[in-house]
Amino acid sequence: MSEHPLLTLKQVSKSFGPVNVIKDVTVSVHAGAVQVLLGENGAGKSTLIKMMAGVYQPDGGQILIDGKPVSLPSTRAAEEHGIATIHQELNLVGTMSVAENVMLGRMPKKFGLVDRKAMRRQARAAMELIGLDVDVDTPVGELGIARQQLVEIAKALSISARILILDEPTAALTRHETQSLFKVVADLRRQGVGMLFISHHLDEIAEIGDSVTVLRDGEFVAEVPASTDEDELVRLMVGRSIEDQFPRRSSAADLPAEILAVEHLSSKGKFEDISFTVRAGEVLGISGLVGAGRTELIRAIAGADRYDSGEVKVRGRRLTKGSVQAAIRAGLGHVPEDRKGQGLVLDASVNENLGYATLSSSARMGLSDFSGQRGRAEAVARTVRIRMHTIDQPVRSLSGGNQQKAVFGRWIIAASTVLLLDEPTRGVDVGAKVEIYELMNAITDAGGAIVMVSSELPEVLGMSDRILVLRDGRLAGEFSAAEATQDKVMTLAARDVDEEH
Amino acid sequence: MSAATLDAKRRGFDYKKFLANNGALVGLVVLCLALFIATPDFLTGRNLLNIGIQVSTVAVLAFGMTFVIVAGGIDLSVGSVAALSAMVSGWFFVSAGLPGWLALLGGLAAGLLAGVVNGLASAYGKLPSFIATLAMLSVARGLTLVISDGRPIKTSPEVSFLGGNLGPVPMPIVILVIAALVASFLLNRTVVGRSMYAVGGNAEAARLSGLPVKRILVIVFGLAGLFAALAGVLLAGRLDSAQPQAATGYELDAIAAVVIGGASLAGGLGRISGTFVGALVLVVIRNGLNLLNVTSFWQQVVIGVVIALAVGIDVLRRKTRSS
Ligand SMILES: Nc1ncnc2c1ncn2[C@@H]1O[C@H](COP(=O)(O)OP(=O)(O)OP(=O)(O)O)[C@@H](O)[C@H]1O
Ligand SMILES: [Mg+2]
Repeated sequence: MSEHPLLTLKQVSKSFGPVNVIKDVTVSVHAGAVQVLLGENGAGKSTLIKMMAGVYQPDGGQILIDGKPVSLPSTRAAEEHGIATIHQELNLVGTMSVAENVMLGRMPKKFGLVDRKAMRRQARAAMELIGLDVDVDTPVGELGIARQQLVEIAKALSISARILILDEPTAALTRHETQSLFKVVADLRRQGVGMLFISHHLDEIAEIGDSVTVLRDGEFVAEVPASTDEDELVRLMVGRSIEDQFPRRSSAADLPAEILAVEHLSSKGKFEDISFTVRAGEVLGISGLVGAGRTELIRAIAGADRYDSGEVKVRGRRLTKGSVQAAIRAGLGHVPEDRKGQGLVLDASVNENLGYATLSSSARMGLSDFSGQRGRAEAVARTVRIRMHTIDQPVRSLSGGNQQKAVFGRWIIAASTVLLLDEPTRGVDVGAKVEIYELMNAITDAGGAIVMVSSELPEVLGMSDRILVLRDGRLAGEFSAAEATQDKVMTLAARDVDEEH
Repeated sequence: MSAATLDAKRRGFDYKKFLANNGALVGLVVLCLALFIATPDFLTGRNLLNIGIQVSTVAVLAFGMTFVIVAGGIDLSVGSVAALSAMVSGWFFVSAGLPGWLALLGGLAAGLLAGVVNGLASAYGKLPSFIATLAMLSVARGLTLVISDGRPIKTSPEVSFLGGNLGPVPMPIVILVIAALVASFLLNRTVVGRSMYAVGGNAEAARLSGLPVKRILVIVFGLAGLFAALAGVLLAGRLDSAQPQAATGYELDAIAAVVIGGASLAGGLGRISGTFVGALVLVVIRNGLNLLNVTSFWQQVVIGVVIALAVGIDVLRRKTRSS
C-alpha cells in the first residue's frame, strides 16, 4: 500500500448561487478500505462525491489523486483516473436493454460495429457478480426500482475501477440483495480498491465500513472508526440523540372499523388472489423479496394500474379499477417507489409538487388557488422538515431524502386517510425517518390507516401492527407485530423461491 | 435538525444566469440596436406597425404551440389548421350564406375541432403527437383545397375588420395583445395551465397525483387549434380573402418562436412572454433582412442559424440550472 490515500478532497467548498453547500471539507479514500460518509438529508454528501466524480467542480480546495493535485473537469476525466460512481439517482436509459445500459459508453466493438454477443456476455458476467437474475435483453424501464439499482451497480462494477463511490446503493434494496452487494464490496476491498460508501442504514456502517466521516450542514464534524456505536453516530450527525427509532403508537384497538378491504385481487403475472383488510388506526406492513409483487399490488390498489379480477373497497364502497382520481376521492394517497420517475416533476418547484394532488380540489371556477396552496405547502414543508432554500426552488435541486419528503407531503396536504406507502423512507435520514413515523402515527391516531411496503425489515417490524408476507405474487402468511421477527419473516418470504431456483 | 433554509452567503448579480434565462430578450434588444444603426428605415412608425402586424400571426400561432410544447408534445398542424379555419369561415359566409359573425365563429370552431382531434389521437389513440399532427397537417390542408377548390374565397366583413384598423391601431395588434393576455392567464392561473407543466415535466407523476392527463392533453391540443384558427382568420382578414395555401410552413415559425422564447422541447418549461419575444426576434430578423435587401433565400439560412443558436442557449440554460 502506498503512503498516499488514493483520493483526497482537501478543504473543498462548493456553492450553488448564493447557497453555500460544502464548507471546507476534507475526506480521503484509502486503498483497500471503505470510507463511509454520514450526514442528514441535505448535509452535502452527494454534492461532495459529485466533486470526486467530475460532475461538479469545487469552488475552493484541492482534489488529490495519489497525492498529486488534479482537476476533474468531466465525468470522463474521473473515469480515466479510475473512479467509478454509483449515483444516488439512477441514470439509466429506460428504453435500452439491461446489457446496453451496463455497457453504455464502452460497448465492445468488432469491425467498427457493436459486438452484441460480447456485450451480452460481459453484461451477464457483471450481473452474476451481484446476483441479479434477469434477462439482459429486458428494457430497463420494465424493471422495478430495486433491480434498476442493481443494474446501476453492475454498470459501475464492470468498469474495474481503483476507486468506487457508492451513493446510497442500498436504499432501494432488501437485505438479501444488500448482502450480495456487500460480498462484492468485501472482494474489492481485498483487491485493494478504495471505496466511499453512503447510507442512511446505520447498521450497514459497522458491517462494511472502516472509517466514518460525519458531515453536518456541509461542514466536517468528525472522523470516527466504523465500529463506533450507532447512538454515538446519530448524535454526531444530528447533534442530539434519538431515543426511539420506531415510535409506533398503536391505536387500532379503539377503532375496530374496517377501512380498506382488498378481495381476491389478481393481476396476471403480477399477483394472485390477494385478500386482506386494514382497520382504521392500523399500520399494515407488507414484506417480501424484490419481485414478490409488493409494488404491483400497491399500485393496483392505488388505481395506478388495472387488475384482472377482484375488488378494492374503501369504507365499504367499491373503487373504480385503474382510476387514480377515484382512489384519491376515496381518501387514498400513494407514495410510489420511484420518486424521480413516478413521484415528482423535477423541473417544477417544491410548492407546485406539494400541490398536485389538490390542484383541482382546491381550485375555484378552474382557477388555481395560489395563495392558499402556498400557505399549505409552507406549513407542510415545515411539518415534514424539507430542507430547502426557498419553496420556489425546483424540486430537482433538493437532496434525495428531501425529495422523498416532498412526495409524502403532497398527501398530507390532500388529507388522505388511507396511505399506501411504497418504500416511504427510502434515502431518508434517521432523524427525518422518526418524523415520518410520527406522521404515520398522527394519521392512524386520527382514524386513518396505512399500508406500507418496505425493504427495510426493521422498519416493517418496528412500525407495523400486522405484517403480510408476499411470495411470488401470493400471500404466504401473516404475523402480528408481537410474533414477527426478522428470521420468521425472511424465512417465509424466501422459502419457496430458494427451493425453486 | 431544523427546516433551516440555508443562509444566502453570496448575493450579487449572476450575469451568466441572467443571459441564459433572458437570452432571447437580450438578443432582441441587440438586434434592434443593430438595425437602428444599420438603416434609417427601421425605426419608423410605419415599419414598426408593419412588424406588429406580422408578429401577430406568428405569435398567436406560437401561443397555442406553447401550450403543446409545455405539455411535452409538438403540433405540426397549426399552419394547415389556420388555413382550414379561415377557409371554413369564408365558405360559411359565401357558400352557406351565414351571417358574417357566425361564419367567423364557425371558422374558429373548425380550428378547435381539428385540435381536439389531434388531442384525442395523441392522448387516447396513443399516437405520438408528432405523428398525429403530421397527419392533421396533411388532412387539414387537403380539406382546405377541397372546400375552396384551390381558389381564394372572399372573407366576411367581420373577418376583414379583424385585419383592418381600429383608429390608428391595426386590429391584429389589438387581437395579439388580447390573445397574449388570455394565453398567459390560462397558463399561469388556471388548473389546466398548471397541469400542463406537470404533464410535460413528468406525465407519470402527474397521473399518479390524480391529474386527468388525457383530458388535459385534449384541452391542450384543442387550444392550439383554436389559437391557430384565430391566426388564420387574422391572416385572411388582412388579405380580405382566405387563401388555400395560406400559412404554409408557419408551424416551423411557431415552434421556433417557442424554442427561442426559452421553452424546452422536452416539456415542462416555457412562458408566454418568452414566446412573444421569440416571435418578435423571428419577425424583426426577417424585417431587417428585407430592409437591408437580403434575398429571401439567404433569409432562410439566417433564420436556421438563429434557431440553432437559440437551442444552444437552451442547452446552456439547462446546464446552469442543474449545477
Ligand atoms: N443543483 C443545486 N442547486 C441548488 N441547491 C442544490 C443543488 N444541489 C444540491 N443542492 C443543495 O445542497 C444541499 C446538499 O445536497 P446533497 O444532495 O449533497 O445532500 P445529501 O447529503 O446527499 O442528502 P441526502 O441524504 O438527502 O441524499 C441541499 O440543501 C440541496 O438542496
Ligand atoms: Mg444524497
